[in-house]
Amino acid sequence: MGSYLFVSMSYGLLMQEAGYRWGWSLLVSMTVYTGAFQFVLITFLSSGASLLTIALTALFMNSRQFFYGLSFVEEFRQMGKRYPYMVHTMTDETYAANCALQMQQEQRAKESDQKMGQNEKKAVPEEDEKNIAKSLENIRKRDEMFWIALFSRISWMLGAVAGGVIGQSIPVELTGIDFCMTALFVTIFVDQWRSAKSHIPALLGLGCGVVLLLLVGPDYFLLPTLILVSGILLLIRGTMNSAVGAASGEEAVEHE
Amino acid sequence: MNNIQAFTAIMLAAACTLLMRALPFTLLGKRQEIPEVIRYLGNILPAAIMAVLIVYCLKSVPMDFGGTGMYQLLAAGVCVLLHVWKKNTLFSIVGSTAFYMILLQFA
Repeated sequence: MGSYLFVSMSYGLLMQEAGYRWGWSLLVSMTVYTGAFQFVLITFLSSGASLLTIALTALFMNSRQFFYGLSFVEEFRQMGKRYPYMVHTMTDETYAANCALQMQQEQRAKESDQKMGQNEKKAVPEEDEKNIAKSLENIRKRDEMFWIALFSRISWMLGAVAGGVIGQSIPVELTGIDFCMTALFVTIFVDQWRSAKSHIPALLGLGCGVVLLLLVGPDYFLLPTLILVSGILLLIRGTMNSAVGAASGEEAVEHE
Repeated sequence: MNNIQAFTAIMLAAACTLLMRALPFTLLGKRQEIPEVIRYLGNILPAAIMAVLIVYCLKSVPMDFGGTGMYQLLAAGVCVLLHVWKKNTLFSIVGSTAFYMILLQFA
C-alpha cells in the first residue's frame, strides 16, 4: 500500500504542474479513481483531447476492471449495502488483495477438509458446525475486503491532495517526476508478463504501438492502436486459444 | 481546456470508468455463463493494453531522442531491471523515477 501513497502523491504533483490544483485532483480521485487512467487523463486535460478520445480510452483502459469484476460478482452481491461501493472501488491493487484473501480461504477450507477426513466418524452435528464456521469466515472475509477497499481509496485521495499541496507550496526541482507514470505502467507490465501464459498480446501491443507511433505521430496514435490491437487479437483468437490453452479465468496481477 | 470543459471531461471519464466496473454485475444479472469471447479478451487484453500505454508514455522518444528521449528509454530499462530483481512496485517506481530525474539534472 506504500506504493499507493507515493503514486497518488505524484499524481497530485503532476496535476498541480499541469495547472490543476488539489481540489481537481481530489475530484478526479473521488469520481474516476483508477490509477493508470488518471495519469493519462492529465495529459488529455492539458492537451485538450476530444471527448471521444477520452471516453474510448477510458473504456479501453478500464476494461481491466470489467474483467476483475467478473471474478467477484457472486462475492460482492452478498455484501448488502456495501455492494455498490465494492463495485466502484475495484482497482488493480484491491483486486490483487481480494484474490489473495479468496485463496487463503480456499486453502483453509482444504486443510479443514483434510482434518475432517481423518476423523470421519463424527457424523452429522460436525457438518453443521462446519457450515457455521464457514459462514462466519465469509463474513469476516467480506469485512476485510470492505476495509481494504475503503482504506485504499482514502489513502489514494489523501495522497492526491497532499501531492497537490506540496507541489503548490514547496518550490522543489521536480523536472522528470512525470516519469513515475511510465514507471507505474512498466511495473504492471512486468507483473503481467510474469504471470502470462503467452507473451503474444504484450509483444503485439508494443509492436503495433511503435509502428503506429511512427506512422501516425504522437498526438493521435493511442486510440487507433488500441482498436487495431484488439482487432488483431480477436482475429487470431483460434491460434491464441490453442497456444494459451482453454481460457482460464483469473490471472492475478501481483502487487507488492 | 477551461474549467467547464475539464469538468465535463472528468465526469465523462468517471462515467465510462463506472460503466466498465458495473458492467459485469449488470450483464450477468441472470446468466452465470460468461461468453467465451469475453473471457478470451479478459485473459489477453490487459497485457496488450499495458504495452500500448508504455509506448504512449514514451511517445516523445522518437522526436526527441537526442534530448530526453534516450534518458526515458534508459530509465524504463532501469525500471524493468529493478522490478525483475526486487519485485517491489514502490521500489521500482521510486528508483527509476529518481534515476531519470538525476539524469536530467546532471547528464
